[in-house]
Order: sequence, then C-alpha cells, then structure tokens
Amino acid sequence: MPTIELTLNGEPRAVADPTSLAALLAALALDARKIAVERNEEIVPRSQYDRTLLRQGDKLEIVHFIGGG
Amino acid sequence: MDGDLNLNFSEEEIRRYARHILLDEVGGVGQARLRAARVLIVGMGGLGSPLLLYLAAAGVGTIGIADDDAVDLSNLQRQIAHATGSVGRAKIESAAEQAASINPHVRIVAHRLRVDAENVAGLIEPYDIICDGTDNFAARFVIADAAYRAGKILVSAAVLRFDGQLAIFGPGGPCYRCLYPSEPPEGAVPSCAEAGVLGAVTGVMGTLQATEVLKLILGIGETLAGRLLIWDGLAMRFRIVRLARDPVCPVCGENS
Repeated sequence: MPTIELTLNGEPRAVADPTSLAALLAALALDARKIAVERNEEIVPRSQYDRTLLRQGDKLEIVHFIGGG
Repeated sequence: MDGDLNLNFSEEEIRRYARHILLDEVGGVGQARLRAARVLIVGMGGLGSPLLLYLAAAGVGTIGIADDDAVDLSNLQRQIAHATGSVGRAKIESAAEQAASINPHVRIVAHRLRVDAENVAGLIEPYDIICDGTDNFAARFVIADAAYRAGKILVSAAVLRFDGQLAIFGPGGPCYRCLYPSEPPEGAVPSCAEAGVLGAVTGVMGTLQATEVLKLILGIGETLAGRLLIWDGLAMRFRIVRLARDPVCPVCGENS
C-alpha cells in the first residue's frame, strides 16, 4: 500500500495514501471537539476534516482548545 | 476619521505620555486617538488585570470592565489589578481603583455582570474594541458571536497551565467559530481552577493583548487579525498560524 510521510507535532509519521485528516485524528483517538488542527501553518476548519486529504510533506500541529483567563 | 480629534493636552498629560509621543508611530495624534478610544474588557482576572492596567496607563480614554466576581485570595498569584486588602470586594471595584490610581485621566466604566446571551449586545454596543479575558467557554462563544454580529473587533486571549493563545477576529471573518466551532464537551477541557496556570503566563498574554489593542487603535504595524498566536511557555516557543474562514461557519459562513 502506498504511504505518505508527514510531520505531526514535529515528529515524522507515515500514513496510508489516501488518508483524510478526519481519519488521522480518529486513528490518534483525538476528540476533534477539544482541538484545532494546523496544517502547513494554517488552521483547517473542522468542517473540512473529512475532505482534507493529507499530502506528502504536510506539517501538522495539534492545537489544544483552551479557555482560561 | 481624525477630523474631530481633540489634540489639546495639558502639560501634565504631555509629560505623562512623553515616551509615547516620542514614538513616530504614536505622536500627539496617536495619543489623542488613544484618548478617544473606547475599549471593553470582559473578565477582570489574570488576563484582564494587566490588560486594564496597561490600557489605563497608556491613556485609553474609556475602558469598560465587566465581571461579576469578588476578589479571592487564590486570585492574587496572577490577578495583579487586585491587592490583598481587596479580598472579598467586587473585582470591578478593586480593578477600577487600581487603574484610576495609575491614571486619573481615564474613564473606567464598571459593569458588574456575568456576560450572557441576554445582556451581551447592550454591554458591547458602546465600545469599538472588545477584549475577551474570561475564564469559561460559554462566555467566550457569547462574546465572540455578539462581537461578530455587531461588527466589532474582538481581541481574544486564553491561557491554561503554561500555554497561551491570542487572536484578533474582525468584521468579515474568519471568526472565533472558524477556529473553534463549538464548546468542548462538558468537563473535557480543564479550567485554570482545575488545572492551574503560571501567574506570569497570564501577564504575558494579557500584555500581548494590550499591545494589539493599542496597535489597532493607533492603526500601526501588522496586527494578528486573521492569525492565531500560540505560545508554549514551557518550551518558550511562539508560533503564528493563519486562520481560515470556515465556508460553513454558522456565524460568518456563506449561508449564515
């Protein structure tokens, strides 16, 4: 199966091609309601996770939803 | 827009603001713009304290402060607008006194209330810039939605443990819900009361928030509008990322 290599929170990671952002978050057991996702220095709207296909070399960072003051 | 700007300053004010007036980007006109500005701060806690004190010191003419809480001893590790002698007093009173003692030229408008869907529109209406320094998600969404609908600029900061986030949301979007569409599940994300926060982290974020408010009023530099600043205080790593408008955002999306 073809794979693509990406960087997740600064660490290299290989995933199957194709993999959507939604599928990656599910595989990581991350609750999308508690995070935002940054892909190549831009926040991906949550509504677009399903249709966002990961590409070779993507840099992903998980941003935690915080609300303290 | 500066047609009606009052450029008359007393000798005392000129001395007080001398280090601002020296700056090419501020000058007398900028200082007059600060005096004419109306800024609302919701939440007089760890973020709101330094934000209020710096805006007051800077001579922002009208500063609204909203909070319904009283000062607690456990606030004083970070909420520098309140003193030990103010424990038990309303936060808005204690903070207004501190701000007035720094700069008596500034008008502080105290709103003793907990912001909610009913009172938010009236609360924000008299102000040009709205600052969110609240400690809960319900208030954050109420403020963000109302600010967008009223066409106000929202300068929003948040902290937890050693982490901070700061963003500016303006008319046309992207808005807060493009970043975070809805509240996290109940109990899924801890508050500072549950998980703790390093006091100085709230100072950094509240002061960055103040810096952006002053830049917005002065119309100088490049603000964070449309971007999100993420600070990891433990790693001492700042990152800035672009925000994207969510095409199906319930607040600013194409069909909303």
